[in-house]
Amino acid sequence: MTFTLRALLGASAAVCLATAALAETTTITVATVNNGDMIRMQGLMDDFYAKHPDIKVEWVTLEENELRQRVTTDIATKGGQFDVLTIGTYEVPIWGKQGWLVSLNDLPADYDADDLLPAIRGGLTVDGNLYASPFYGESSMVMYRTDLMEKAGLKMPEAPTWADIKAAAAGMTDKDAGIYGICLRGKAGWGENMAFLTAMSNSFGAKWFDMDWKPQFDGQPWKDTLTFYLDLMTNYGPPGASNNGFNENLALFQQGKCGMWIDATVAASFVTGKDSTVADKVGFALAPDNGLGKRGNWLWAWSLAIPAGTQKADAAKTFVNWATNKDYLALVASKEGWANVPPGTRSSLYANPEYAKIPFAKMTIDSINTADPTKPTVDPVPYVGVQFVAIPEFQGIGTAVGQQFSAVLAGTTSLEDGLAAAQDLTTREMTKAGYLK
Amino acid sequence: MARAVSARRSLLTGILAWTIGLVIFFPILWIVVLSFKSEGDAIAAPLAMLRAPWTFEAYAEVQERSDYFKHFWNSVVISVGSTLIGLLIAIPAAWAMAFVPGRRTKDLLMWMLSTKMMPAAGVLVPMYLIFRDFGLLDTLAGLVGVLTLINLPIIVWMLYTYFKEIPGEILEACRMDGADLKREILYILAPMAVPGIASTLLLNVILAWNEAFWTLRLTASDAAPLTAFIASYSSPEGLFYAKLSAASVMAIAPILILGWFSQKQLVRGLTFGAVK
Repeated sequence: MTFTLRALLGASAAVCLATAALAETTTITVATVNNGDMIRMQGLMDDFYAKHPDIKVEWVTLEENELRQRVTTDIATKGGQFDVLTIGTYEVPIWGKQGWLVSLNDLPADYDADDLLPAIRGGLTVDGNLYASPFYGESSMVMYRTDLMEKAGLKMPEAPTWADIKAAAAGMTDKDAGIYGICLRGKAGWGENMAFLTAMSNSFGAKWFDMDWKPQFDGQPWKDTLTFYLDLMTNYGPPGASNNGFNENLALFQQGKCGMWIDATVAASFVTGKDSTVADKVGFALAPDNGLGKRGNWLWAWSLAIPAGTQKADAAKTFVNWATNKDYLALVASKEGWANVPPGTRSSLYANPEYAKIPFAKMTIDSINTADPTKPTVDPVPYVGVQFVAIPEFQGIGTAVGQQFSAVLAGTTSLEDGLAAAQDLTTREMTKAGYLK
Repeated sequence: MARAVSARRSLLTGILAWTIGLVIFFPILWIVVLSFKSEGDAIAAPLAMLRAPWTFEAYAEVQERSDYFKHFWNSVVISVGSTLIGLLIAIPAAWAMAFVPGRRTKDLLMWMLSTKMMPAAGVLVPMYLIFRDFGLLDTLAGLVGVLTLINLPIIVWMLYTYFKEIPGEILEACRMDGADLKREILYILAPMAVPGIASTLLLNVILAWNEAFWTLRLTASDAAPLTAFIASYSSPEGLFYAKLSAASVMAIAPILILGWFSQKQLVRGLTFGAVK
């Protein structure tokens, strides 16, 4: 009888404890993009659960543009659907200023904010508050075929000029063999052709706006940028380039059809990966310049931020700290190797001799270090952002201008008409938004 | 001679029909082929891709990464639920419009249809706020409700067209025999309109299954249907074609099978009343 009573009491206590434990579990919803590093993190969640059994993570993975619309609607209406958001360097300055994000200045000491790369940290900080923690960062650089360069009797400088790029493109082009000297983005969109062209225009001395927010497409620097781009693409680019974005150019490069490709540093792991037919023949160089002190490379970081409306800020901060801490980089290295560690966020990663052995590690960090989102152009500008302008109106304006320039590349609009249309539409939208009187 | 011309014409018509059919079906066939290739082969040139070995790799990875059955079940609940509720509302509405029309019935029908012409994005924020305030975000009940309302004009219009083909005298006769409204609709009208109701049901299940604007914007994880499942495999930067294709095949397969088995019913219902 006593034994039965004790057993019953013990069982009841166990049930109570289990119920209490269950009751204390906090579930957070993380909205994220579909890229390799984010998917890899989802596979490493056992480590997080072992350290934080009281937090459960639900994932919402969406395509980048879909995610942007989805989380923008939610955060603007305080919908409270997400506790952690994956956002980029474009959103953070705007949303931080709006008061839509929780400051991450109070993350634990082991987070080591001083270890973050200064360029990336600068792009995620508003008025001294870190509003997002970088998960992976990227710039852009030149990826080229070493065998084709050798065949053409050329050598790619580590820091080429646009003249070097043109000479290399001319030397490597062999249209009869289906090899095009250069592949660049042509597909319309603020994150597609305009990411490349805006970064390129910085090196030509162009800018989107002057200090009075007046659009600058009617100036000579933009004309020079587009003339050079069209010359490259028309003479040495693949056919149908106005439809090519990252994935299309990646496919062309991996199939050995591009001599050169200037795009995101994250592409380096793809072109040297197992699916590439040219993996052992790829060299890297900094994005080109024109001797004006700015290179044509961009800066982007997918980062984890916490919306101000969340009821679970503490659990969300615990997760953000785990996912973007130095320990996470070590965890990925131990499970998947150094080549799979999310790049471009922390100085300590690039000081690690093991990581330095990765062929594109040095070029990635050098590219990131040459981009400054707070001083992106040759002349001073009133905006933040290297390949974008961090104002809410930019998505719409950038895509509309991108459509004009894509049409110029496709040959359906002349260069002059394209620039004039870009100037008109940007002026109209900026006036409507109140930047211009 | 006439028979030869007619045979030649039917052969040409057959070839033309098959060509159009294959052109329309080609993107689906291409997705199916891509889904059985590795990521590296999926981005190769078409001929090299076709020659590459076939593999279930993409399906295995999708199955490992996502909870397909949860998304599938959500799609079933949302599409079937919204269609059934829509039918419950639309059958009496279409009955009234077809058999006891008022002076403004035609205007009312046109107004109902005009709501379909409004861009969905135009009402996104108010809808989102309503859902937020009523606690309907990321719930199946919320999505069933919104898809019922979205597809209701089409259901009413389709049923109205079918009901108009049924002679009103039959209903009058049953009323003379003492049938009340419930009996009239349930035992006389509904059985006669079964082909029309069935095709309306099938078509609206397909429409609701494929709806991607609201199902993506009003869900997060709990109520996310197969549209969200597909969207999680798309990316502007990366190699995801094979996995995206595999996810697409898994998402469209159930509705493709349903459409295949019910095609006779669908065609019969859609052409019902076309020839008088």
